Amino acid sequence: MTVTTPPVPVRTTRKLPKWAPVAVLAVSLLLALGIQFLGDGPTIAGVFFIGAILFAILMTVTSRVVEGERWAKDRLATTLVTFAFIIALIPLVSLLWIVVGDGLTRFSWDFLTTDMTGIFGQMVEGGAFHAIIGTVYVTGIASIIAIPLGIFTAIYLVEYGRGPLSRGITVLVDVMTGIPSIVAGLFAFTLFLVIFGPAYKAAVIGGVALAVLMTPVVVRSVEEMLRLVPNELREASYALGVPKWLTIVKVVLRTAIAGITTGVMIAIARVIGETAPLLLTVGIATGVNWDAFDGRIATLPVFVYRQYAQGGASADRAWAGALTLILIVMLLNLIARLVSRYFSPKGVR
Amino acid sequence: MSKRIDVNDLNVYYGDFLAVEGIDMVIEARSVTALIGPSGCGKSTFLRTLNRMHEVIPKAYVTGKAVMDGQDLYGPGVDPVEVRRQVGMVFQRPNPFPTMSIADNVLAGVRLNNRRISKSDAADLVERSLTGANLWNEVKDRLNLPGSSLSGGQQQRLCIARAIAVEPQVLLMDEPCSALDPISTLAIEELISELKNDYTIVIVTHNMQQAARVSDRTGFFNIAGTGKPGHLIEMDDTTTMFSTPSEKSTEDYISGRFG
Ligand SMILES: Nc1ncnc2c1ncn2[C@@H]1O[C@H](COP(=O)(O)OP(=O)(O)O)[C@@H](O)[C@H]1O
Ligand SMILES: [Mg+2]
Repeated sequence: MTVTTPPVPVRTTRKLPKWAPVAVLAVSLLLALGIQFLGDGPTIAGVFFIGAILFAILMTVTSRVVEGERWAKDRLATTLVTFAFIIALIPLVSLLWIVVGDGLTRFSWDFLTTDMTGIFGQMVEGGAFHAIIGTVYVTGIASIIAIPLGIFTAIYLVEYGRGPLSRGITVLVDVMTGIPSIVAGLFAFTLFLVIFGPAYKAAVIGGVALAVLMTPVVVRSVEEMLRLVPNELREASYALGVPKWLTIVKVVLRTAIAGITTGVMIAIARVIGETAPLLLTVGIATGVNWDAFDGRIATLPVFVYRQYAQGGASADRAWAGALTLILIVMLLNLIARLVSRYFSPKGVR
Repeated sequence: MSKRIDVNDLNVYYGDFLAVEGIDMVIEARSVTALIGPSGCGKSTFLRTLNRMHEVIPKAYVTGKAVMDGQDLYGPGVDPVEVRRQVGMVFQRPNPFPTMSIADNVLAGVRLNNRRISKSDAADLVERSLTGANLWNEVKDRLNLPGSSLSGGQQQRLCIARAIAVEPQVLLMDEPCSALDPISTLAIEELISELKNDYTIVIVTHNMQQAARVSDRTGFFNIAGTGKPGHLIEMDDTTTMFSTPSEKSTEDYISGRFG
């Protein structure tokens, strides 16, 4: 009996110590600082930009010398991927930083629960309650129209659609995805103008405008989710003598519900911050308008736009309004996550 | 609770393509009929016409007759959904519903059809079907776990339990063991031998030994070449087919000389 020795592992551990990248980074940043002093003096952006390039070069060269070529390539790839990640993160983090920083000046319970009735000049009171209600109304109306419409269209395309009609719808949906939001606003505006005359302003017009923008997004994402449902499950259901419509409702939709929820939430998030069509269709108001079918109504994006344009104490309200909007979107996202966690297939191997 | 099917001059088309031509076959009640033949000769295609599952595929249609106890399956006014309730099907790859527990998978035929069932009846049905599929002892303590938590062989038996829970007359199986290991295969073969006391079973298999072991009658399908329609070459008692087939091609296929 020969005892087989285990094969020698090809990978050896990295020869450079764990702290090596940190040290190289420090050296790179210091070098970058030094180089800048030779020029017009250092800036933060300059130090990081030049430092990053230096780091990529130094790290790769050091690794090439100490560890060998394959490790050097690995270090370079790791460096580039990490930098790409950081660069992608910069706008996101700085956006949140600025919105939260500036928004907190005026953000408070009062801000969420009062409206702008009787607020003028440099008064610091007042809030966005009316705009929150308006946004809920307008987005709610858009959702009531767009979600069923989008889901039914997607079901048609995936489960029933064959031939020219379904191809036509797919093309139309693609085109609609690209419609500029102001065009959707104009469309809704004219539609109601023709039916109800020029004096009519109401949340429902804005809702229709947003629905035009939202429907194609819903169709697209739901369609994708339904196509992901394996055909085998449909066949399993048919083979049990379940009619097609019940199969769609209880197997296809049920299996895809987690993805559908996420898709719908993304569609809502997409339209909730729309400003142009709302400026055109629902305008702005200073107080709460509880009637979705009559009168102007304030919405958060338009509120932010108006307040920011006025400047001074109002600009702080604009930032607080922006923060509110982001919080609402995050809340929706959270709900979507909970719903999809609840519905997603459990215990998949 | 089982029926015989008489197939008469059946042709199956996918659009313009004639996939299976001129099938005449008798499928006896309370017996196992095995269909063998090289890949692509139309065994699955033919099998799916027996419960009208071919209609799920766009542009697929049949001509000819399949009569189950006096009733033409393709007759006018015959609801394909009703046919499928009487002729159940088990597929090549186990396909339990991923969103349902083991118990709910067994009850799927009831639940998906919105039929009401009392708690105790449901529990009875689950136990009866799982026992019938030789799976009860393995899963009785975890009926509420998802069906996808089982092994491949157990999943396939779960699918069989799901199929027999709707109490069909006929059970169609399309290569039910081809995705399974030998032990699971043996479990399913034993199950088939038990099920034939109550059901008419038609099984497609690529495994000669399996056909010889489980079936009473065997039908051999063949195809003259790609793009040509598949035909039923001959059909007889399994023992005859495997000892003294009347066609040369059958003998060649069974003895492994081609295909
Ligand atoms: N959905 C389909 N659409 C068009 N042709 C098909 C389809 N399914 C099978 N076919 C064709 O029908 C023939 C028989 O296929 P199949 O019944 O799957 O053979 P088998 O099950 O015996 O291997 C093959 O030529 C195959 O290409
Ligand atoms: Mg097949």
